Amino acid sequence: MSFGTEILIKVGVVLAFALNGAVIFTLMDVKGSAWMQRRPGPLHVGLRGFIFPLAEVIKFIQKEDIIPTKVDKTVFKLAPAFILFSVFGLFVVVPISPTLVVADLNLGVFYLLAISTISTLGVLTAGWSSANKYSLMGGLRAAGQLIAYELPLILAVVGVVIQAETMSLVGIVEKQIEWGLPFVIAGQGVAFVIFMIAATAEMMRIPFDMPIGESELVSGFMTEYSGIRFLIFYIAEYINMFVMCAIAATLFLGGYHIPLLPVEWVNFYGPVSLLTKTLLLGFILVLVRWSFPRFREDQLQNIAWKILIPLSLLNILITSVMKVVF
Amino acid sequence: MDTTINPNNMPHISEASVSVEIETEDMTLNIGPQHPSTHGVLRLVAKVDGEKISSVEPVLGYMHRGYEKLAEVRTYPQITTLVNRIDWVSGFANEIPFIAATEKLMEIDVPERAQHIRLILTEMARIASHFVFNGAYALEIGALTPIFLAMEDRERVLDLIESVTGGRFHPNFNRIGGVKPAAGAGPTTKKDIQDLPAGFYEETKIVMEKVLEGVDRFENLVGGNEVFRVRTKNVGIITKEMAEDYGVSGPILRASGVKFDLRSHTDFLPYDKFDFEIPVGENGDCYDRWYVRLVEMRESAKIILQAIDSMPSGPLQTKVPKVIKVPKGQSYVRTENPKGEMGFHVISEGGLGPYRLKIRTPSFSNISILPELLEGQLLPDLIAIMGSLDFVLGDVDR
Repeated sequence: MSFGTEILIKVGVVLAFALNGAVIFTLMDVKGSAWMQRRPGPLHVGLRGFIFPLAEVIKFIQKEDIIPTKVDKTVFKLAPAFILFSVFGLFVVVPISPTLVVADLNLGVFYLLAISTISTLGVLTAGWSSANKYSLMGGLRAAGQLIAYELPLILAVVGVVIQAETMSLVGIVEKQIEWGLPFVIAGQGVAFVIFMIAATAEMMRIPFDMPIGESELVSGFMTEYSGIRFLIFYIAEYINMFVMCAIAATLFLGGYHIPLLPVEWVNFYGPVSLLTKTLLLGFILVLVRWSFPRFREDQLQNIAWKILIPLSLLNILITSVMKVVF
Repeated sequence: MDTTINPNNMPHISEASVSVEIETEDMTLNIGPQHPSTHGVLRLVAKVDGEKISSVEPVLGYMHRGYEKLAEVRTYPQITTLVNRIDWVSGFANEIPFIAATEKLMEIDVPERAQHIRLILTEMARIASHFVFNGAYALEIGALTPIFLAMEDRERVLDLIESVTGGRFHPNFNRIGGVKPAAGAGPTTKKDIQDLPAGFYEETKIVMEKVLEGVDRFENLVGGNEVFRVRTKNVGIITKEMAEDYGVSGPILRASGVKFDLRSHTDFLPYDKFDFEIPVGENGDCYDRWYVRLVEMRESAKIILQAIDSMPSGPLQTKVPKVIKVPKGQSYVRTENPKGEMGFHVISEGGLGPYRLKIRTPSFSNISILPELLEGQLLPDLIAIMGSLDFVLGDVDR
């Protein structure tokens, strides 16, 4: 098999994985909400609610794509692409199995953290170009949020990198196989919690959805978007959720590997294992989303700077000391 | 900066709000009339510096329907239909002050049974209204689940109101001198008319149990949530003095520590026969306002259960002339509505309809505190404070 074909197959599989993951997460979110809120719609309508995502997509495609007169048209059209690019870019390094990874970069973790910040650029430009005060405030809130959550996110991952002695995601999973335990049990429990909180803030999901803040900013940076462009935001949100959960599963929960199962078969059960772990993490996010109110922007800053960052620094310190001692 | 509402200022304000240019450091943010959290069509012209609000001006009148004027060209029985629609969330409670004011003018004594039925339905309207508040407030703070649970709980109460009156929101059930027979019970001229539907007492007891369950659930789901607490505690504090100065009423006044409830101060309905507590808050912050309403729902359920057990028998209506003419004079009756003090001032010149009807609505007086309360707050707190005042735009503009 030539190099080109191999890459094509890998990209195809990963794309299918990402898009289907987004559909599954959409379904999980609406079903979770229906289950918690006793909504009849997603539980009973249309094959017990299972074709709901399809109906949603068709609805958005049908709608008129309105571009208000005063918007900065080029930027306005580009902004959703930024976000979609960023979330798809994340998938490049996530290993679905040892061989099924588009590119196993040496600096995989670094790449992840760098590329995930691009989505904030998309949000900021969307907010700026919309010529709407609410959108602008949403965009600025997102930018403020970026600084607050990006640091704890990076610092939490640093603990894992120190423990695994590598920045390659495949390497990190292999280290966990070597240890026989996922990192969440073997020393990085605090880092895992910090990572999940910071990732929720990056996804702009409740309780950190201040840039969207429907009851305050109407829909924040998405206010002026409609039709297919809104759909891109909508899908990107779920793909982002999926990929962040997959990354958390890879970094902390052992990724494609399940302890006690033979490592030789990992190419067979790898995708299933990763998907299961991702879905479990996603389910926690669904529960959080439908049961929590929203924080205030300054409260997020307080949590990030006064709690998460000191905690993650402490985590790095302890991890390093343990690494030197043992 | 001049923050008072001055008619000469008005054109200038509307210009500033249409312009998208940011001229000074302060940005004019037009919140409403179409905004998810303004409970309808309230418009707030806010001057914001980033997220911080430097001044707020409420602009009212987008929902003015002229009920006071309309009432002048209608007969007394027709006006009941109108007043239903002032605060539609608690339709039944609106009828009471008007009917009571008219009856006071005509010097009619209402039969005890009718009084009891009025009281039960008023308390049901209070529960329904507070359920809506509970759900909507959580939604404004950002929690999406409580509104669905609240609507489901409220629907049971509305079903009860519907089974008696035939209407969920606009019962139009009170008559001068008593109440109407139950829905579908036939004309009043019949000898034995059915006043409450069959099985009403049992059904009410079941529903009240569910209401109490629902209130407990809200206390856990919303009040027990740490995020909700940090968002509402010590936010938008209304001190005792401020509350008295602005003439706010109802749960907002009580949350500020003033133990004043018209249900125990006046005799528009026989509340003195029942045993209930008047919840009072300590700090006057958003959390207290939320909590006072939550406890009030429990007390209302308690009152309803007591009223069901001690329901007197007797006629539904006193004898009133076929064509109702009210003698010359004035009367003012104020009642404790779910949202605060509601009063009707009826001035009669002896005709078929009132010469003038003045309606004092709770929401209008309550939101007058907004400009002072919101100054210097953050934008998310604006939503939290506004929501905690629990107003309905129909009640503000009439």
